[in-house]
Amino acid sequence: MTTMLELRRVSKVHGAGAAEVHALREVDLSVHQGELVAVMGPSGAGKSTLLTIAGSLEEPTSGEVLVAGAALSTMSRHARARLRRRTIGYVFQDFNLLAGLTAVENVALPLELDGLGAKDARAAGLAVLERLGLADRADRHPDELSGGERQRVAIARALVGERKLLLADEPSGALDSVNGEAVMRLLRAACRSGVAGVVVTHDSRLASWADRVVFIRDGRMVDQTVAPAGPESLLEPGQKA
Amino acid sequence: MSIRHALLALLSEGPSYGLRLRQEFESRTGDLWPLNIGQVYTTLQRLERDGLVESDDTDRDGPQKLFRITATGTEELTGWLRAPDGAAPPRDELVIKVLVSLRVPGVDVSEVIQAHRRHLVEMMQRYTRLKAHGGEDAERDVGLALVVDAELFRLEGVVRWLDAAEIRLREPAPPATPAPATPAPAAPASGAGGRTARRQGARR
Repeated sequence: MTTMLELRRVSKVHGAGAAEVHALREVDLSVHQGELVAVMGPSGAGKSTLLTIAGSLEEPTSGEVLVAGAALSTMSRHARARLRRRTIGYVFQDFNLLAGLTAVENVALPLELDGLGAKDARAAGLAVLERLGLADRADRHPDELSGGERQRVAIARALVGERKLLLADEPSGALDSVNGEAVMRLLRAACRSGVAGVVVTHDSRLASWADRVVFIRDGRMVDQTVAPAGPESLLEPGQKA
Repeated sequence: MSIRHALLALLSEGPSYGLRLRQEFESRTGDLWPLNIGQVYTTLQRLERDGLVESDDTDRDGPQKLFRITATGTEELTGWLRAPDGAAPPRDELVIKVLVSLRVPGVDVSEVIQAHRRHLVEMMQRYTRLKAHGGEDAERDVGLALVVDAELFRLEGVVRWLDAAEIRLREPAPPATPAPATPAPAAPASGAGGRTARRQGARR
C-alpha cells in the first residue's frame, strides 16, 4: 500500500510569547493510496492548519511532511510549487472558481499553468468533467451553474491531470444535504480510483463517507475510528425470522 | 416504529397475505428492519379483532389467509400519518451517562464523550456504506436511502449534542450572580481546562 501523505510529529505554533497559539501538536497521520480520511473536530481544533500544511501552502514549525514519499522540507520552492500544480488537488468550501472562465477553462487552468498546451489541457478538462457527469455544463460560466454543479467543477479541477492527493476543506459546507452527499460520493469514487483523500469537516454525516475518521482536539489527534464492520452488523443477531 | 400502521399502509394498496406483507415491508425499508413472521400474524389478528382489517375466512389461520383494510382501518391510518409523535423528552441513557460522568471521581468526561462519539461515527460509517453500495433495484434503493438517512440524521443529532456538551463543559461557567464586593482568594484559573479542570482540581 503506497502512502501518499505522511505527517510525522508535525507541530505548528502561531505567534510568540504570551500570544503563542499551538495550532497543531505533534500530529502523526498517514493516508494511503485509495483511502479517504476525514479529520473531524470543532472550530479552532487545527483542522484547516493541518490541511494547509499537508498541501504545502504553509510550513510546520517542527516535524516532517511527505507527499508521495518526498519530504517537503528538502524541496526547493520551485519543486513545491510544481507539486501543488501536479500532484495535490484542493477543494474549498466556497468553490473558488474564476467567474470569468467557463467550467472547462477553470478545470483546465492548473494544467495550462503547468505548461500544457491549451488544446490538450481542454481535452483533459473535458475528460474529467465527463467522468463527473458534467460534460453538458463544460461551456457554462460559474454563475450559470447550481451550487452543487459548481462544487463538482471544483472537484474536477482538483482531479485533473495525474493528481495523487486530494485535500478538501468543508467541501459541502455551502450545500444542502443531498448535494453535499453527492460531493462526498465523488470524493470517495476519486479515492477508489487511486487518489488519497483528506477531508476536514465538523459534520459527522459527511465524515461518515470516509474509510477512517480521525478526531482532532486542540491541535492533537485524540482518537480515530476502527475499520467499519460490514453493514450486516447493523442487523442485530436473532432479529431476522 | 408501528408495525401495526406499516401493515395497514401496505394493505391500503390492496389485499395481501401475511408472508407477502412481510416481504414487502422488508424490501421497502431496504431490509434494514427485519420482521418476524409471527409478529406479522399476531399484529394482523389484533387488527382484525379491532375491525381495522378483515379476511375472507375468519376460521382459517396461516399463509392462505387474505387480508384487506376496512374503512375504519383507512381512517386510523390517515389519522396516524399526520399525528405528531411524543412531546416529552425521553430519558436518554447517553445523557444520563454524561451527567453521571461529571460526578464520578476519576472519570474524565471528555474521554467518556469521545468514546461515545467514536462509536456513533463508526455506526454512521456503516450506514453510509449501505447507501454508497446501493444496488440495482431503484425502488428498494429509495426506501433504503430514506431509512438510512433517518438513522444518520438521528445519530448526527446525538453527535452534535456530544459536541455541544463538550464545548459547554470546557467553557468557564458564567457568573450566576453579580461578583461579590471582595474578590475570592486564590480564584481558579479560567480558560484552558475550564470547568472540567476545576472540578478535577477540587477532587485532589
